Amino acid sequence: MTLEIRLAHRFKGFSLDVDFTAPPGVTAIFGRSGSGKTTLINAVAGLLRPDRGRIVAEGRMLLDSDRGLCLPPHRRRVGYVFQDARLFPHLSVRQNLLYGRWFAKLGAGAEFDRIIDLLDIAPLLDRRPGALSGGEKARVGLGRAILSNPALLLMDEPLAALDEARKAEILPYLERLRDEVRLPILYVSHAMAEVARLATTVVLLEAGRVLASGPTLELLADPATAPALGLRDAGALLTARVIAHESDGLTRLEGPAGPLWLPHIDAPAGKAVRVRVLAQDVMLALDPPGAVSALNILPATVHALRMGEGPGALVQLQVGPEMLLARVTRRSAAALGLQPGREVFAVLKAVSVAQENVGGGPSGPMARQGPGG
Amino acid sequence: MFEALTPDEWRAVALSLRVSFWATALSLPFGLLTAFALARWRFPGQQVLNGLVHLPLILPPVVTGYLLLLTFGKAGTVGAALDRWFGVSFAFHWTGAALAAAIMAFPLMVRAIRLAVEAVDPKLEDAAATLGASRPWVFATVTLPLILPGILAGAILAFAKAMGEFGATITFVSNIPGKTQTLPSAIYTFLQVPGGEPQAIRLVLIAVAVALTALFLSEWVSRAIARRIGAA
Repeated sequence: MTLEIRLAHRFKGFSLDVDFTAPPGVTAIFGRSGSGKTTLINAVAGLLRPDRGRIVAEGRMLLDSDRGLCLPPHRRRVGYVFQDARLFPHLSVRQNLLYGRWFAKLGAGAEFDRIIDLLDIAPLLDRRPGALSGGEKARVGLGRAILSNPALLLMDEPLAALDEARKAEILPYLERLRDEVRLPILYVSHAMAEVARLATTVVLLEAGRVLASGPTLELLADPATAPALGLRDAGALLTARVIAHESDGLTRLEGPAGPLWLPHIDAPAGKAVRVRVLAQDVMLALDPPGAVSALNILPATVHALRMGEGPGALVQLQVGPEMLLARVTRRSAAALGLQPGREVFAVLKAVSVAQENVGGGPSGPMARQGPGG
Repeated sequence: MFEALTPDEWRAVALSLRVSFWATALSLPFGLLTAFALARWRFPGQQVLNGLVHLPLILPPVVTGYLLLLTFGKAGTVGAALDRWFGVSFAFHWTGAALAAAIMAFPLMVRAIRLAVEAVDPKLEDAAATLGASRPWVFATVTLPLILPGILAGAILAFAKAMGEFGATITFVSNIPGKTQTLPSAIYTFLQVPGGEPQAIRLVLIAVAVALTALFLSEWVSRAIARRIGAA
């Protein structure tokens, strides 16, 4: 299912003007606050009527201002997961979950049990929203949206209101949702770590315009978009599979780019994961370094080089079929004679990869979206 | 002093209860609508409406009663029309007392409901809409349950006010025993007669009992609702 979005809307001192197509899977709308993310998603939900626009979800017209068509929110079949959960305080958790189902004219069947199971909310069913923790509210909000039988899921920074521990608690549920509930998801976020873990496609929004869009692996490995993402946040993704948990606490992974050793990853052997490697954590060497503490040394070829305005440079590396980004100084780039085609070794400390940067990679046909894929 | 009430006294108590009940029940839909209009909608003349609603609170009740007499009396434009077309008459009739009580209690009712409406987060209503609820359903399943405590508070306040209304009522429909003599009018009458004081005091006690019952009832109901909503 694809989603075509074309919108133009003007506020005081701000205008949104976007035109893109979201392919199946999770499409992350990434941008700073004030870039128009929420305006965009509210227009898709029908909570905001844009000046002009056309929104088509799998051939179903939700909005077409040229023809004066604008479906009201309740007829759009979009499940909206809000940042503040917005559970109904006068209803129990169970009633909240069944609220949308009732309007979708569905009974509480097998699907209900499956979603309750998936989100681990069975023990909460008879409680009131007021008695839930932030993480529990977020899970119930997710369940409520999915159970309304939507054709499309919208998520507006569902994790932004949570602390780091709660985020880490919810992210695996989002990954399971993405993989098990086959719904297209529009995911608004300004947190790169979440986007890197969840998204199949990224739409980069800045001041109401689409700056770049494309498959996540490709976009995050593009040195041209890195400055817009924030240099400290720049980093490409490697795909890999968990091979074994070793006795000294390390996890061994194997991927198209080669073997990787990382601090213990909480996933069973055989599980496909995505590893986000921050550009500033990658060191480059011309020869394979001998006695060095870094555990991961990957042979690579310089694919592109982008000099920054300051002292830095971004190097795009081809590692097997995948791409990696390295952030070095221009001085080092010159000293090593870096240029496209140059063979180097990418050195990565195992401990530099934080737990939050390893996530379950999307399974199924969307899993492999390497450069050019 | 506490022997059984005389038939006249009973009639005054019963009449007051009837007047207050109908005044509250019939003004509730209008109160709800007005509260929403003032809290949620933006339209030209909103401030005028706000002023009109509050007018009975500020005007001397005698003035309100006189204006009612001018408008809804036998010779009044509205009163005459209603009498001709629907056979509804207010002048010197208990329905007139109910109308006067409703008008006087209206600002209190609207204020209580309006506060409740303003406290409802429109974001919850948006959430309900994305879950498939059309506007009437959003109102019935989200808005209404959330403002229910305010509606009850407003209704009970209006009822209590209607029980005590005196000035506008006596001006509009006079003080006819058995027809338009409400509890306050009866107390007033007894106080005008030498030796009527014991009877007046009995009615005063009844008035106090009714008011306190209404107050406790409202407290109890709103606490029960708050517990259901999970706010308590």
